Amino acid sequence: MLDTSTPATEISARPAAKPPKGTAPAQRGRGRRRNSLARRREFRAGLAMSTPAILLLTFFLVIPVLLAFGLSFTNARLISPNAPRLVGFDNFLRAFEDPVFLQSLWNTFAFALVIVPVQSALGLLLAVLVNQRIRGVFLFRVIYFIPVVTSIVVVSILWKLMYSEDGLINSFINTVTFGAWNGVDWLGEQSTAMPAIIVLSIWQAVGFHMVIWLSGLQTIPGELYEAARVDGASTWRQFTNVTWPGLRPTMIFVLITITIDALRLFVQVDVMTQGGPIDATTTLVYHAVRAGYRQQEVGYGATISLIFFVLVLIIALVQRWLTREKD
Amino acid sequence: MALTTTRPEVRPAGRDHESGERRLRRRRKLWSYLAMSGIGVFFLFPLVFMFVSSLKPSGQILSDSGSLNAFLPVGDISLDNYFGVFERVPVAQFLINSVFVTVVTVALGLLVNSMAGFALSRLEWRGRGLLLSVVIAALIVPFETIAVPMVYWVSKLPTLVFEGGLLKYDFGWLNSYQVQIIPFVAHAFSIFLFTQYFSTIPKSLDEAARIDGAGWFTIYRRIIVPLSGPAFATVAILTFLPAWNQYLWPLMVVQQEELRPVMVGMQYFFQLNPAWGEVMAYTTLITLPVLIVFLSFQRAFVSSVAASGVKG
Repeated sequence: MLDTSTPATEISARPAAKPPKGTAPAQRGRGRRRNSLARRREFRAGLAMSTPAILLLTFFLVIPVLLAFGLSFTNARLISPNAPRLVGFDNFLRAFEDPVFLQSLWNTFAFALVIVPVQSALGLLLAVLVNQRIRGVFLFRVIYFIPVVTSIVVVSILWKLMYSEDGLINSFINTVTFGAWNGVDWLGEQSTAMPAIIVLSIWQAVGFHMVIWLSGLQTIPGELYEAARVDGASTWRQFTNVTWPGLRPTMIFVLITITIDALRLFVQVDVMTQGGPIDATTTLVYHAVRAGYRQQEVGYGATISLIFFVLVLIIALVQRWLTREKD
Repeated sequence: MALTTTRPEVRPAGRDHESGERRLRRRRKLWSYLAMSGIGVFFLFPLVFMFVSSLKPSGQILSDSGSLNAFLPVGDISLDNYFGVFERVPVAQFLINSVFVTVVTVALGLLVNSMAGFALSRLEWRGRGLLLSVVIAALIVPFETIAVPMVYWVSKLPTLVFEGGLLKYDFGWLNSYQVQIIPFVAHAFSIFLFTQYFSTIPKSLDEAARIDGAGWFTIYRRIIVPLSGPAFATVAILTFLPAWNQYLWPLMVVQQEELRPVMVGMQYFFQLNPAWGEVMAYTTLITLPVLIVFLSFQRAFVSSVAASGVKG
């Protein structure tokens, strides 16, 4: 397995035998020299092997993050003959007077407010169902996971067709109600557009969180359930007294990831509603892209991105704090 | 598979009690199957509708949608929609673009991120702590926060272009393959996973190899990589899906039709107001490859996602 044909390195190049007693200082000196040579090699190897990652992370993560900060204080445009000019806090002041921005902030929060509890609870319910030791349960895990591997672009287009006035969902309701139903343009109405997006978002992502919950469930030792059963605990009592306390770390992770994912909402809106009707579905990221890219106001787009980033940062800090408390 | 091999239980004696318990358990199992199947229908019906509709003329999709026929391949079944898609847009080119971008991103990512993970988990060097903290901080930066500044940034980056047989120096990465690949090669979460996994491999292996005269890169290539199959599989799976599904980024940086990946191509196609059947054919076309990959490696997929949760 080892490539022993390579030339000897510093270790085998030196006499391996221990010098006799009494030459301790010399030995120590040599040891240190050898050590420092090995260390230099280790340093060089470490740096060399990380260099591609360091360069790429610097160029495509660190610098863009710094740019998000820097550009927020300028009037930079995507394509412009003029160099960007510093404008202080103008972009931030503008944001909080921009009704579309405030609307997008609210829409994003409303989306998260519904998605977070519903999706995590449904994910847990599915996980409990498919955690049973019964035949064929793996098949159901796979079925619930299929939407997760389906592209959200595909999912959005598919559901957009299903939501249309003569689409599958209206036809279905019409059939079930024996024709009493008049089709609703789910995505075209201000009141139903966001709920419609919420339903398909849960449909697409809940399988992912089912798997996370499932791995949490499987870390709970079976003996605990046995003990509870011997004590005569009902299924519900077993859940509240054994399962739920054991799931705390998983719960924090699931809540945080769903919250952050919810704040990132973009594709569904871009494909299905373009933010409409009348900005009822405009989200932070959608607004940032519309301002920063489509209207080419990079400075303002960066400002909205930065506000979005601060929100994510707060949530991440909350997670840090919650998980620290546990230790 | 594990139907009857439940945990060994201490059961109270008494036949009545036991049969009662068994009946209860059977009833509960029945309810579980009913619930799971009902939910399964909810998860599958849109996809079945998509596959089936891709084979039907648009008029029939509409007339079928009020009945169960919407989910059955009945009536006028053909592949016409698929031919229609290929006639209207260069889908083959979109598919090639996406496969190329995905394969290169994942392959380069495995190499770059595993090397960094090796250096972070097994080597002592100055700068290690700094890199590690950058990686950990980067875990919480969603791509959407830097997308807009990054478009501005890549439009200013220097690049080399071939023009009339000459290699020229130019600015701007927009409309290229590299802009779809290079920014996504180094991936903080992959580095993190590799670092975690590598540090579970005993360090005595390195020492033994060092005594045999192996250099660090040899140790990485001959010892660590062969022992880390599961970590490579996990990272490959977790980076494959986002690369294939890329949407926001190519939407902004790729305008040239011949460089478009499938998802952006899909959105443009959708905006041409094509017939429903053709839309379904396109979505089926780009969903099927991923579904096949998923169904062949389902266990690996599911355990990769589970691993991402345990560490996160």
